[in-house]
Amino acid sequence: MPDSTPPEARPEARPDTAPDTVIDIPTDARPVPFRGGGFRPRRHPFLAPLVLLILLGLWQLGSSSGFISPIAMPAPKDVLIAFRDLITTGTLWTNLSISLYRLLTGWLLGAALGITVGLMIGLFSQARSAALPIVSALFPVPKIALLPLFIIWFGIGEGSKVATILFGTFFPTVISTYAGVDAVDRGLIRMGQSFGLKWTSIVRKIIIPGAMPGILSGFRISFSIAIVLLVAAEMIGAQHGIGAYILMAGAIFNLGELFAGVIILSAIGLVGSWLIGKAEKRLLDWRA
Amino acid sequence: MRIILDRISHSYADTEVLRDVSFDLRAGEIVSIIGPSGCGKSTLLRMIGGLEQPTAGRVLISGAAPEGSLNPLTYIFQDFALLPWRTVQGNVSLVLEDHGIRGAAAREVIADVLARTKLSDFRHAWPRQLSGGMKQRVAIARALAVRPAVMLMDEPLSALDSQTRELLMDDLVELWTRTPFSAAYVTHNLAEAVRLGHRIVVLSRRPGRIREVVAIDMPLAERPARMAELATLQRGLWEMMRDEAAAADRELTHA
Ligand SMILES: Nc1ncnc2c1ncn2[C@@H]1O[C@H](COP(=O)(O)OP(=O)(O)O)[C@@H](O)[C@H]1O
Ligand SMILES: [Mg+2]
Repeated sequence: MPDSTPPEARPEARPDTAPDTVIDIPTDARPVPFRGGGFRPRRHPFLAPLVLLILLGLWQLGSSSGFISPIAMPAPKDVLIAFRDLITTGTLWTNLSISLYRLLTGWLLGAALGITVGLMIGLFSQARSAALPIVSALFPVPKIALLPLFIIWFGIGEGSKVATILFGTFFPTVISTYAGVDAVDRGLIRMGQSFGLKWTSIVRKIIIPGAMPGILSGFRISFSIAIVLLVAAEMIGAQHGIGAYILMAGAIFNLGELFAGVIILSAIGLVGSWLIGKAEKRLLDWRA
Repeated sequence: MRIILDRISHSYADTEVLRDVSFDLRAGEIVSIIGPSGCGKSTLLRMIGGLEQPTAGRVLISGAAPEGSLNPLTYIFQDFALLPWRTVQGNVSLVLEDHGIRGAAAREVIADVLARTKLSDFRHAWPRQLSGGMKQRVAIARALAVRPAVMLMDEPLSALDSQTRELLMDDLVELWTRTPFSAAYVTHNLAEAVRLGHRIVVLSRRPGRIREVVAIDMPLAERPARMAELATLQRGLWEMMRDEAAAADRELTHA
């Protein structure tokens, strides 16, 4: 018989009589050797700051003892001086604001267009057949190679830089969005159809939320691409911005300023991925 | 309302899945559909619900759906098909929103169906927090919310352990006893088939043909107490299916 016995047929358990719990343990009995455990990341919250402090200490020590040549590495002090100058002269704000403007307009527009086109490709097979070959052909082109073209099209000003970042983030967003749509459980879509949900409801309530994890992890990738393109575009043709600032510092061998610029870029990247992490927590609160 | 399957045949590419299947679902009646795996049970159910069209034959509806039925043919899936990004009540409200039922009216329906499926305390839980049995009860609540005329259940208990299965069968019988619904209940589990079916349609292995239709003339509520009679019936069904099941098991899958 392929199934278990019905409940009535099972013998009654006797809950009142306690089972015999006294067991005889032989003298040679020993615990089974433990071989489990390990292979599981644990949190060590103090380790990262400690490593950072040790590295900073070594850096300071090396610089002050002359072991680290000031031509190869600035002293921590030089970096602090560079930051002080950036703040007192107000150049921090001019460079940072122009860079953030380029980064955010380019990235947000690229992501918005990318999600739109990605959804089209995911939802309509005509759009997929029409657009996917073009997307696949343009995706691997390093977008910085198109900067000269964009300068001709959009001028040497902000347009060409924003366009470079926009193009650079557009393609990965398209791909992560349509892949996210493709990954939505077909069973859920069939469920929606079987309850007579409208097409727009299925897209809005089933497909888009289902594609959201893919879209957001695409954001992480496109954001780091956007920073790379920002710096590259600013190094090629800009007077202001963090990329231009780093390039200038390098040209006059001011390593303190160069490092200050790099630290600012790292901070932008960290803040960006922290914000995306926040968005994931909020939008994907239904996951564990 | 009555559903009539009129000589349904179906093929995928060059695999013939169903051949000349005819039977009907009458109002307030549960029809169990059993057969070896791959014989086309899920395909048949998709056709009854209008999710797929047979290569030959027709699925017909006779009579009007009951007053107030929002979705006359309503599925319950083996894998529950709950939206993981909606809470229990959100999953129920999903199927009401498109019918313009919102706010107080929706809250009333949701409270009612969650009470009937004993889920009132879990309104705000996420699907990932629920056990398999509770997930399936949410799916049943969702189905009840649209007041179906016919429930189309595709192995609804197959993903659950045997104890949860017993509990859910009791729940289904209780729901049916309170307000009889008609249902096509697809399963490969003979115990479920004899516990819940007023009639049992036995399909052969692929291509699925009707081997026999067995009527069980015993009220659902009495069945737990008359297990012995059901066991005899179940053994009879197993004798009928055994060789087919063994042959189906040895078949190579081409999918
Ligand atoms: N969409 C499909 N395309 C091609 N073959 C399918 C499709 N759906 C089911 N089949 C095939 O049809 C047969 C019957 O499937 P199904 O109805 O799921 O069987 P059951 O539910 O009885 O196990 C199987 O051999 C399966 O591989
Ligand atoms: Mg099936």
